[in-house]
Amino acid sequence: MAVTVKPQTAPLDVARIRADFPVLSRTVRGKPVVYLDNAATSQKPRQVIDAMRRVFEEHNANIHRGVYEFSERTTAAFEEARAKVARLLNAPSEREVIFVRNATEGVNLVAYSWGRENIKPGDRIVTTVLEHHSDFVPWQQLAKDVGAQVVVVDIDDEGRLRRDQLSAELRKGAKLLAITHTSNGLGTVNPVKEIAAEAHAVGATVVVDAAQAVPHTPVDVQALGADFLVFSGHKMLAPPGSGAVWGRTALLEEMRPFLYGGDMISRVTVSMTEWNELPWKFEAGTSSYVDAIGLGAAVDYLTDVSLERIHEHELSLVGYLLPRLGEIPGVTIYGPKTLESRVGVVSFNIEGIHPHDVATIFDREAVCVRAGHHCNQPLMTRLGVPATTRASFYLYNTIEECDALVRVVHAAKKVFGV
Amino acid sequence: MDDMYRDYILDHYKNPRNFGELEGATHTYHDSNPLCGDEMTMQLKIDDGHVRDVHFVGKGCAISQASASILTEEVKGKTLDEVKAIDRDHVLANLGIPISPARVKCALLGLKALKGAAWGLTAWPGEEVKAK
Repeated sequence: MAVTVKPQTAPLDVARIRADFPVLSRTVRGKPVVYLDNAATSQKPRQVIDAMRRVFEEHNANIHRGVYEFSERTTAAFEEARAKVARLLNAPSEREVIFVRNATEGVNLVAYSWGRENIKPGDRIVTTVLEHHSDFVPWQQLAKDVGAQVVVVDIDDEGRLRRDQLSAELRKGAKLLAITHTSNGLGTVNPVKEIAAEAHAVGATVVVDAAQAVPHTPVDVQALGADFLVFSGHKMLAPPGSGAVWGRTALLEEMRPFLYGGDMISRVTVSMTEWNELPWKFEAGTSSYVDAIGLGAAVDYLTDVSLERIHEHELSLVGYLLPRLGEIPGVTIYGPKTLESRVGVVSFNIEGIHPHDVATIFDREAVCVRAGHHCNQPLMTRLGVPATTRASFYLYNTIEECDALVRVVHAAKKVFGV
Repeated sequence: MDDMYRDYILDHYKNPRNFGELEGATHTYHDSNPLCGDEMTMQLKIDDGHVRDVHFVGKGCAISQASASILTEEVKGKTLDEVKAIDRDHVLANLGIPISPARVKCALLGLKALKGAAWGLTAWPGEEVKAK
């Protein structure tokens, strides 16, 4: 396993970053917490916590409604957060950024609003075995409801998409390509730009699940050429309840709203309703505006540190861990074995120990990892395992934490005598 | 040395008792825990209201497999009524190790399958009322 990292930018000052995250200085049963479950959710810096607390303590009021100072300030902060997200994604317009609770809600918004109008009986929806359930089940159910067909493209033995198969399936015709930018189970990064161009050539609309991408690497929706892109805030230092859908204006304008109710209307009579403008047409009811403002603060934090440097930092950790983990007898690593087109997700199993037992033993040493199917059951089936143990890194993780992970793997093997 | 993965737990995991297909089973029930991918089939041979034999086939974590193995040893020879009376607390106490909330369903998968075999249970032990 040849793994080298050539940093293009200055390394992160991880000690300084860690000081911003109150929870990282906590201990569990007297041991410093080693948080390696960032693909599930990230920890929050003081800057995000403070931004949210300031809303509650200084000017909380409902947005888009009140004609008074507090409401105006909160509305401005909420819309500023939208502008920050639009800049982060290089979206052509803020109007293309719709706040939702998470990536799952984002995919559902697209599936219900765009999908139900546009996917017809017999249409082909091309997707991949790498999808998180959130970018798979909505399409599977849509296909069932309208009589469309879901085609699932396979991976090779290193967890990389079978490009030949994907191209062949697209050539057979596709109405929609639903593809993850980055696999939450294996850390594989798909060549979305190239794939989106191929999909567009056959007339398919492209939905990108960027839940594992936006937090860890620069994502430019115009460069990618996607039609819709979704992500969650909680995986990128922001609170749960924040997230966004980006979509092309032309598509969003044609779509019907996903949810009906307050704030998404411009005029209501007893017999008809006219929709509000973009993006509010898709934001029915009182938004999670404090969470969205927290997301704006998280975008600032990540941008200040630099997503390029965060990505390189995570790869340096993976580059350190892969050979050390891989040389332990009985350890099988799933997914890419090199640093090319991957992120800081390392999925593995220890022969003779179920991942849940692994995670329980790790927990004694305050090492937090995910054990299970990672909402990737089709992928687990493809790998031929019921579950894996997954360590996933972020900007605040360290080489010492990689060493701690290797130590607890040995500890687990000792307990089980394998 | 380890409070949870004690020697007898690991022994039941590595050398499960009453493991494998049961010839002439009268009652069979399969269950799974999709969260962790654990699989469990309990088979009973019931005659004259008594459990004459019991086997299980499963794969999964040490807690689920050891718990099922221990359970099979306990129920052999018992009456069907006695099997039906085994509850969640009894199984957890019998395991003799601290079980964290996230692992309770691992510990109870064997009991759920056993009860399913005994009388067609569909809910997790201890949650029967909620499920109704």
